[in-house]
Amino acid sequence: MKMKTSRAVILTIIAVLLAIYILFPFALVVLNSFKTQAAIVQNPISATGASFKQFASNLSAVVNNKNFSFWRAFGSSAVVTIISLVLLAVFGGMSAWVICRNKTKWSTVIYMTFISSMIIPFQVVMLPLIATFREVGKYIGLGMNGTLPGLIFAYCGFGGAMTVFILTGFIKGIPYELEEAAAIDGCSPEGTFFRIIFPLLKPTIVTVTILNGMWIWNDYLLPSILLGQNNPNKTLPVAVQAFVGSFVKSWDMILTAALLAMIPMIVIFLVAQKHIMDGMVQGAIK
Amino acid sequence: MNENTSNRKTLSMTLLGVGTILLIAALYMDFSKNYIRLGSFELRGAFLVLGALCVLAGIYFIPTILHHRAIINCIFLFPLLFTFAVTVIIPMFVGFFYSFTDWNGVTFTKMVGFENYAAMFKEPAFIWSLLLTVLFVIVNMILVNLVAFLLALLCTTKLKGVGFFRAAYFLPNLIGGIVLGYIWQFIFSNVLTKILNSPHSALATTKTAFIAIIVVYVWQYAGYIMLIYINGLATVPKDVLEAAQIDGASDIATLFKIKIPMIAATFTICTFLTLTSAFKQFDVNLALTNGGGTVRGFMGKRLSNGTQMIALNIYNTAFARDQYGYAQAKAILFFIILACVSLLQVRISNKREVEM
Repeated sequence: MKMKTSRAVILTIIAVLLAIYILFPFALVVLNSFKTQAAIVQNPISATGASFKQFASNLSAVVNNKNFSFWRAFGSSAVVTIISLVLLAVFGGMSAWVICRNKTKWSTVIYMTFISSMIIPFQVVMLPLIATFREVGKYIGLGMNGTLPGLIFAYCGFGGAMTVFILTGFIKGIPYELEEAAAIDGCSPEGTFFRIIFPLLKPTIVTVTILNGMWIWNDYLLPSILLGQNNPNKTLPVAVQAFVGSFVKSWDMILTAALLAMIPMIVIFLVAQKHIMDGMVQGAIK
Repeated sequence: MNENTSNRKTLSMTLLGVGTILLIAALYMDFSKNYIRLGSFELRGAFLVLGALCVLAGIYFIPTILHHRAIINCIFLFPLLFTFAVTVIIPMFVGFFYSFTDWNGVTFTKMVGFENYAAMFKEPAFIWSLLLTVLFVIVNMILVNLVAFLLALLCTTKLKGVGFFRAAYFLPNLIGGIVLGYIWQFIFSNVLTKILNSPHSALATTKTAFIAIIVVYVWQYAGYIMLIYINGLATVPKDVLEAAQIDGASDIATLFKIKIPMIAATFTICTFLTLTSAFKQFDVNLALTNGGGTVRGFMGKRLSNGTQMIALNIYNTAFARDQYGYAQAKAILFFIILACVSLLQVRISNKREVEM
């Protein structure tokens, strides 16, 4: 019995040490955004020189910086993420349902195309994507490069495969009798989908939304090449990159910006911790 | 009922008619270059989108019971397939074609055949990036899985506050690579030099900078893989573990003889995930070192891209050196390597799983 308690103590100590190691960088960011550049350079791990007044001044310098313009970047990121997630959930559900409930040659071809496209690394389509968007934009007279709708369009295209993949797996498990019963009662196919299937998809939609949301919110490469570093509507990761580029080694500014960029995600995580961790796992093992 | 059908018919015909007119108008404006503007806003795009929506709605209202299901199927598939085709399928084929040209991002003047592909094997900087990426992938696959598995074992013991530890270990995964990269750049160049009292940052020399990228990557990714292992360990049946305990199996024997063989499928998933994500590593690489670092004498040349992974190499070839066709050829090679390696990995793991 005594051996067991000592083992538990050792394990707890290890766990705590690991937690300290893993959370240490976050603590440093918080601590140092309360200090001046001089104080940070002098000693980054002590609390000397940290004050709320300095934090407020760092914060206002960062938020009002022209290269960063936090609120605007936050707004762009939020708009792009939310609209893309809603569209992906609805369109993905619709496509997955059609693919799953029609056992024809075409549905198999479409499904296999989606699945095999998941292995394509973004770098392969990155350059031709800009060209395609430019041509399509020129042709239809709508700006696709450098605009938020264009970015949302791209996210629907890139996120589609995984969304369909996960949702198809779930729809397969919904008994077909439900749809037959609805059809006998005079429900149209679109009514069947939106009134019966879509509500049943809710738990899987949550999973898909978390996976896509984490990816879209943190994505840097796609918005950076579609929008560009100097676009007024740039998203948060692009704004951080543009901002840091303009402040070489001004750690007070950089760390405050990093803190601002981290806060939204951490707040969401604290609220929906269980959902996010479950969603990430479910998405991976399917 | 009859009136309803005729109503639908009128509606459908009107929508189809209006939609077609709008589409034709948009196309006409395209070809005649006679763009009608409303202030500074070009009407062409709006016409096209409205026209397409009208046609779709018109098709939806076609009064047929026999084909209604087929129509719904098409309308339901259309949005995602259209975006997917424009963003993935078309660029994929276009990109394949461009890799054989001297494309500069806008136009190309001539076909160059396999010149781009031949050139990259003569470029020491690219070979270096490729080999470095392979090394990075191998080291990470081992380290991330090992660390994650140990963390998972730790988090499945009867520890107090296990929920907190899980959340804490997972936390780095929430933040984007760009932000993490800059935070760690600060830690390596300002904090660690202070703690270790050394004048040199770990990012200053190529070898230590490469290790730094690995440290950051494992730190970021292990928590996520840990969650998957925890999930896998939870599927090991309790009665089997109890039986082992009654038979007097030690903890180590239980781990190696029962737990690990029983979660072989989880190992497959995790190696696959770490493999593909390490190959595509870009954000941390860009923010932490931006690929810098000198290498003296590799293939008879002095290189300045000591820590540049393949994804960043492709990016710089296109955007810094404006060699789009060449960068595209590198990307295609990257795709082929990634596809082969992942297929191989899945095949080997499947075989092993069956044997186990």
